[in-house]
Amino acid sequence: MMLVTYLPRMLPLVILSKVNIPPLVLRWLKFIPVAVLSALLGPEILMGQSGIDFSRNNIFLLAAVPSFLIAYKTKNLFYTVFTGMGIVVLLSRIMV
Amino acid sequence: MKQEAFRQGIKGAAPVVLGYVPIGLAFGVLAAQAGLNAWEVFFMSLMVYAGSSQFIAAGMIAAGASIGAIVLTTFLVNSRHILMSASLAPYVKNFRSPLLALIGFGITDETFAVAMGHVSGGDRQPGFYLGLNLTSQLTWIISTVLGAAVGNVIPDPRVFGLHFALPAMFIGLLVIQMREILSILIALMAVTLSLLFKIIIPGNWNVILASVITATIGVVIEQWRLKSSQSSSG
Repeated sequence: MMLVTYLPRMLPLVILSKVNIPPLVLRWLKFIPVAVLSALLGPEILMGQSGIDFSRNNIFLLAAVPSFLIAYKTKNLFYTVFTGMGIVVLLSRIMV
Repeated sequence: MKQEAFRQGIKGAAPVVLGYVPIGLAFGVLAAQAGLNAWEVFFMSLMVYAGSSQFIAAGMIAAGASIGAIVLTTFLVNSRHILMSASLAPYVKNFRSPLLALIGFGITDETFAVAMGHVSGGDRQPGFYLGLNLTSQLTWIISTVLGAAVGNVIPDPRVFGLHFALPAMFIGLLVIQMREILSILIALMAVTLSLLFKIIIPGNWNVILASVITATIGVVIEQWRLKSSQSSSG
């Protein structure tokens, strides 16, 4: 398991830093972090046990909204995670 | 000179450290409930050191998945690190290979975000990345092991919202990375494609497919905008 996490991180750094990457590829790479994080986030928040869940019962979706706001205001990972978790706890209590 | 860079790296790790504490604790608890003991968590955090994959792996272990499935899923979930590592590569061109091999080990979503923020500042000392990675991983190891140690005492992790730690982390990282209007469009596109692929294709291919396609569309849009602004000013 260690290999499959380590190699994808290390090889590009070692290999690609030695070659000149064309500007277009660089621009492409610039979009990667946002694209990847969003692609990871989507299913975590929007998919329930059985497919896509946009309903008002989706606690993660509801908690995501203030989480985004807090992240935008504070740009702070700790506050975002901490309050996000707190909101989920609150909503779970209210909505049961 | 090298020590100063190292210290800067430690300071740069501050947001990562703060983010890792709740997430690491959450992971530790979930891992313990999945049947892992503190030692296993320790080694996982030491050798693998990958938040999202550790979460997902713990879930799969709890569900009784095979080793092969876990390894493959881990690789797919981490495939984005190939791209992240590649986007960091141009900024570390003058570092020696063994050093890069060491730094590469510490690339996670969070340290990557900090590293990318740092490189735009112009100063690129290897000490910075080492300070960053060391501090971050140490924090990760400590909080995950702590979480695992108390994990079996906690009745239901849902009570503390621990399952939201990972999505919340992604939200935080995402917002920090989004610097322009186009980013919002990219994010929406990636979310849509990721959901689509997740439904259509079994497994975790959705992440890498959605990312690659969305990044490509992003470049196309950007090029188109550049060309149209050139022709209108000509």
